[in-house]
Parts: sequence; C-alpha cells; structure tokens
Amino acid sequence: MTTTTATRAALLVLADGRFPAGGHAHSGGAEAAIAAGRVSDPASLEAFCRGRLGTAGLVAAALAAAAAAGANPLLLDEAADARTPSPALRMTARKLGRQMMRAARACWPSPALDALAAARPRGAHQPVVLGLAAAAAGLGPLDAAHAAAYEAVSGPATAAVRLLSLDPFDATAVLARLAPELDRVAELAVAAAESALDDLDALPAASAPLLEIAAEAHAAWPVRLFAS
Amino acid sequence: MHLDHPETYPQRYAAAPSRQRRAPTPSSAPTTRPDGTRRALRIGLGGPVGSGKTATVAAICRQLREELSIAVVTNDIYTREDAEFLLRNAVLPAERISAVETGACPHTAIRDDISANLEAVEDLEESVGPLDLVLVESGGDNLTATFSKGLVDAQIFVIDVAGGDKIPRKGGPGVSTADLLVVNKTDLAPLVGADLEVMARDARAQRGELPVTFTALTEPDGIAPVVAWVRERLACWTAAA
Amino acid sequence: MTAVAPAPAASCGVRAAARIVAAPDGRGGTALPVLHGEGPLVPRRTRAARADTAQVTVVGAMSAPLGGDHLRLDARVLPGARLAVGSAAATVSLPGRDGARARYDVRLAVDEGAELRWLPEPLIAAAGSDLAMTTRVELAEGARLVLREELVLGRAGERPGRLVSRLTVRRGGRALLDQEVALGPGVPGWSGPAVLDRYRAMGQLLIADPWFEEHAPGVVALASDPAEGEAVLTPLAGPAVLVTALGRDALTVRRLLNAGQRAAAPPAG
Ligand SMILES: Nc1nc2c(ncn2[C@@H]2O[C@H](COP(=O)(O)OP(=O)(O)O)[C@@H](O)[C@H]2O)c(=O)[nH]1
Ligand SMILES: [Mg+2]
Repeated sequence: MTTTTATRAALLVLADGRFPAGGHAHSGGAEAAIAAGRVSDPASLEAFCRGRLGTAGLVAAALAAAAAAGANPLLLDEAADARTPSPALRMTARKLGRQMMRAARACWPSPALDALAAARPRGAHQPVVLGLAAAAAGLGPLDAAHAAAYEAVSGPATAAVRLLSLDPFDATAVLARLAPELDRVAELAVAAAESALDDLDALPAASAPLLEIAAEAHAAWPVRLFAS
Repeated sequence: MHLDHPETYPQRYAAAPSRQRRAPTPSSAPTTRPDGTRRALRIGLGGPVGSGKTATVAAICRQLREELSIAVVTNDIYTREDAEFLLRNAVLPAERISAVETGACPHTAIRDDISANLEAVEDLEESVGPLDLVLVESGGDNLTATFSKGLVDAQIFVIDVAGGDKIPRKGGPGVSTADLLVVNKTDLAPLVGADLEVMARDARAQRGELPVTFTALTEPDGIAPVVAWVRERLACWTAAA
Repeated sequence: MTAVAPAPAASCGVRAAARIVAAPDGRGGTALPVLHGEGPLVPRRTRAARADTAQVTVVGAMSAPLGGDHLRLDARVLPGARLAVGSAAATVSLPGRDGARARYDVRLAVDEGAELRWLPEPLIAAAGSDLAMTTRVELAEGARLVLREELVLGRAGERPGRLVSRLTVRRGGRALLDQEVALGPGVPGWSGPAVLDRYRAMGQLLIADPWFEEHAPGVVALASDPAEGEAVLTPLAGPAVLVTALGRDALTVRRLLNAGQRAAAPPAG
C-alpha cells in the first residue's frame, strides 16, 4: 500500500488546490467558526485544523484509502452517511463527490468511476470518489489518505485567508506545521482501511460535535460566502 | 454625447482583424444532452459589480420567456443575492433559477473550477428541461473575469458609463474578448460626464470587429439590441445542430 | 479508532458483566427473564412509568470504572417487549493505580416491535482517568430506540480526564449511526474550535423509530444561550434523529437534549 515513484506526480495533480472539483467554494466549517469568533488568528486556525484533521479528516482519509484499496464503494458511501449526522454535511459531501467525479473521469477515465457515477448520479460521498480517483490515477491507499487528510485542512486555511485577510504566509505555515500530523493521520487511515476490507466497522468514526452543529447553523444563513 | 439608439455591430462574423483576439467562442463542453439531443445554448454574463448584469438577465428573460424555455444560474459573491432579486421580480419561476455558491470568488467558479456551475446547469435541464437558453451570471468582481469555454458558448461583458469612460480603454480580457460588450446606463452619461463616443472608439480599438452595444435599461425596450444579439446566437446554435 | 495513542493494556482491574433480557409477559406487560449483575454493575427492576414497560435501574455499588477495569453490559429486548433502563447516579470514571485504561462495553439489541429507552445518567471523566467506552446497538427494522449519552469532562472545578466513546447503531444490519467522540488530554484538537471549544459537557440523544420513515423531521436549531450551550436536532440518513448538544455543564446539556426530544418525539406508541 505504498506509492510507487512512477505515479507520484499524479498525487500532486489530485491534491492540487486548483484541481477543479469544487473545493474552492467550501470552507470546511471555517466560515462558521470565524463568524462565531472561534477562529480569529493563526493559532486558533491551527487548533481548528488540528481538530478537524483528527475527526472529519481521519474519517475522510480512511474512506478514501478503503476505496482506493478496493472496498465496495457503495458500502463505504453508506458508512460515510452513518458517520455524518448533519444533513447539511451529507449534502455537501455528495455535492463535492459529484464534482470530484466529473473532474476525475476527465483526468483518469476508469470503469470503477463510471460504475459509481451510474449508481450514485446525485453524487457519492467525496472521499469515496477521491479514493477511486486515486486508484484510477495509479495511486495507492496511502496517497488517497494523504490527499483526503490534506484537503481537510487546506480548505479551512484558504478560507481563513479570504475571510480574515489572514497573512497567507501565516496560514500556509499552519499547514506546514501540521504536516507530521497529516502523515500520521494518513497512516492511521490506511491501517484502518486495511482492516475495513474485512469489517467496515473498523473504519474510524471520529466526530467533531461543533463542526456538526455549526454546519447546520451555517447552512441556514441567508447570506454567506462559502457553501459550507 | 448621448446616443439615442443603442448601436450594435452585427458584422462580428466578418474576418477577424489583427486586433481581434479570437473568433466567437465555441464552447468546449459537449453540445448534446445525455439522450443525444442538442442541449441549451449557454450564455455567460460578466462585468463589474453594479454594471447591470442582473438587470440585463431580467430584461432578456422578460423578452424571451414566452417563446423560449429559459433558466438562470447566478454566481454571487454573497449567496443568492442575484437569485433573490430575480425571484422577487418574478422574472422566472423559482425552479428555473439556481444560485451557485462561490467561496467569495465568482471568477474561480466561472473560469477555473466550473464544476458547480456545470452541475447547476445540468440539474436545471433535468428538473425543468428541455431548455433552449441558459444564462449564467457571474457575481461581478473585476475586469479580468471571463467565463470558461467549458461552461458557456458565448459571453456578454457588461460595463456601465458610471464606472467611468476609461474602462474600455483599460481593456482586460472581459472588455476585449467577450462576444458582446454591453455599455449600460447610457441614460446616466450626461450626469457622470461620460463620453460615449470615446467609449465606443476605445472599445473598437480593444475589440476589433467584436460587437459593442450601448444600452439604457431604464428606457422602454432598452434591452432590444442585446435580445437581438441573443436571438442571432440562438439561430446559429440551432443551425449548427 | 482515533488518533489517540494506545493506552497500556488493562491489567489487574475489575471485570464485571451484567445482563438484561426483556420479554413480553403475555399479559400486556414486560417481564425480565434475565436480570443479572456483578461487582459494580447491579441492574434492579424498579417502578416503571408505564404498565407495559419494564424499568431497570443500574445501581453503581462501587465507584466505577477505575483504570484497568473492564465492564460489560448486555441488554436484549425481545419482540414486542418494552424496556427502559436508567442509572441511579452519574458514573464517574476514575484513574486506576497503574494508569491503565478502563473499558466499558455496552451491547444492546432491540427486536421487531420492541422498544428500548436507554437513558443513563452522565458519565464523568475525572482528572487523570482514561476510559474507552463502546456502545453497539442492533435494531430490527421495526424496533424503536431512545438512547441518551452524556459525557462530562472533569468533576466540578477539576481538570478533565480522557474519554473515548463510540456509538455504533445498526438497523436491519445496516449502519445507521457511527460516532466516536475522543475528548481530554492527549487528543489532538479536542478543546479547539472544531470539537468542543470551551464546552466541557456534551450529549447525544438518538431516537430511532419506523414512524420517521413517513414523518421525516427537518433540522431544528435548539436555540440557546451560546455562552451556556448549543445544540441541533438532525435527521439521519435512516428513520432516526440525533440531538447533539454541547454545554458548560451536564445540566445545560440535559436541558438541551430534553428540548430536542420534545421537538422530535414520535407519538408515544
Ligand atoms: N440608471 C440606470 N440604472 C441601471 C441600469 N441598469 C441597471 N441599473 C441599476 O443599477 C443597479 C445595479 O444593477 P444590477 O443589475 O444589480 O448590477 P449587477 O451587479 O451587474 O448585476 C440596480 O440598481 C439597477 O436598477 C440602467 O441602464 N440605467
Ligand atoms: Mg448581479
């Protein structure tokens, strides 16, 4: 379950913030946390990202790794639903999954992506699509986990730059400081994904109550800059 | 100077002069629906905030909604503001208007990552289609914002005289390459001291043979030249089927 | 699993198991053919609010769980029976002598046409404690469940202990809800703005009922003073709703969960 150097560049394409899969319009809960005054500077952004990484990020990374390792994507999609009590976040995950599907099929056409697109025309949970995309690109479960974990923190960091006019160097330094934790989360995710091939309950279910509560409040705002 | 009659330059299909940056833009998006029929023509509307994009969308819809099946996708800076305006004014039924959220960057959503917009267009086709025309409005940001060819088949760039008569001279991708440049609010020209003649000359210098039209949407049928242009595009679109 | 470092293996703690089986008594009520406990877990039949329901109160005979303890509680509600389970007092997780993690595993099964109301008092993670709790529920498609979990980080004025609690609910064999909260020292970001922030108590109330298939509720923001607590009621992907509440203390959380229950509850059947 390791990256072959021959495909490493594909991971850069997949994890690029400019990969056209809709991520730019989502703050990963940062907009709500900023409005609540919970995130206001690089330190609180880092704490936010650390909490999101260890919860939603870990779950996403494990789902992506399991999908890349060949677990049944429809069962993973169901497991993702059970791990997402907030309907706003389930909808966001499916919306982003559909957008990721479009970009992935254009970049790395594959029967597995086609099959999931046909089975879930309104979108499967994004990490599941991400995992299949990684596999289609010749990447392994660890790559998929890294991409998902990184996305869990890069989205909020970018949003904080836009919403707080945070110094972009500070925001990027937050991501750099989190790098060792990202690696660890990706490794945990892969280990869980391997067990999940036998028993889906082995997938992590780490939850962040404030993210769930705030996501519903945010979805009801009449005016907001980010979709989530 | 005040132009009584908005001007268009329908000779846009003439051979491009050297200043013209590109011929009318064919979209790179598939031109058929999943069932093989030709999909709706998609026209993007960009331009600075407040120049009259939403007003233009509203006026086009009012003129054409009886004869065509139309839907609108808005890309707001603040969610749904434009969509709410169109709804409040009953320009189209609610199910024909879809608002895409852009994370404070409409230009990203219409140019760099068009996935959410494509989904919105396809969802509209699915729920109220078949459609003849989809108008995609960008929440205005700056003069550099243009639509991706993967999203729209043609784009209109709307500026206004109140923004200053220097805008056409400054150029930028919107002003110089849009398939139609609309200079709106000519009714305000005397008030803001904008010289329409200068604007027309500068626009021509930037755009070569690409058409420019001057509008005052406050006047009855002020949208007429834009509607004429849209009809022409539609005719080409259907003819190409 | 979480991003928490593994604790030393449980060593010399107490092992105790309790077991409850509820079955229709044939006269419109519910009997308890199995009601067994040991050590710190003693289930007793107590007065029920309704004649058709068997009420059980788990009495904590000792302070439990301590680090190194391994407690297990099994309850099964047979087809058509109605069981309500509560506890006499809050459960306090305390540190053991050798820093070992304590485990508390709850296994619940609710059969066709049966109902379980699982409403224990809060679980309090005292300073220095380390508890891993798992609750697994198997619901038949026609089963009804009300399940409450309340977690409090530290006794009054005390530093928090560590608490990892996983709640897995399956309905008709399919995943309905799977949530793990990991809180306290050593858990990355737990007191940060994505997880608990300044709150030190959280609660979840799950209501699963086939009734929701036809009466899907919407999201309800349970208005509250954000300085005290906040909560939301959300419909799950299956016929169930979850109330998630955060508060500065257990009382606030209980108040929010009760509000959520009133907002969502299907008619008493
Ligand atoms: N005077 C005048 N006002 C106009 C004209 N067109 C639009 N407006 C007004 O300009 C404002 C901004 O228009 P809007 O369509 O919302 O701009 P957008 O931000 O480009 O969508 C509104 O108050 C319109 O009523 C026009 O031709 N003349
Ligand atoms: Mg507008």
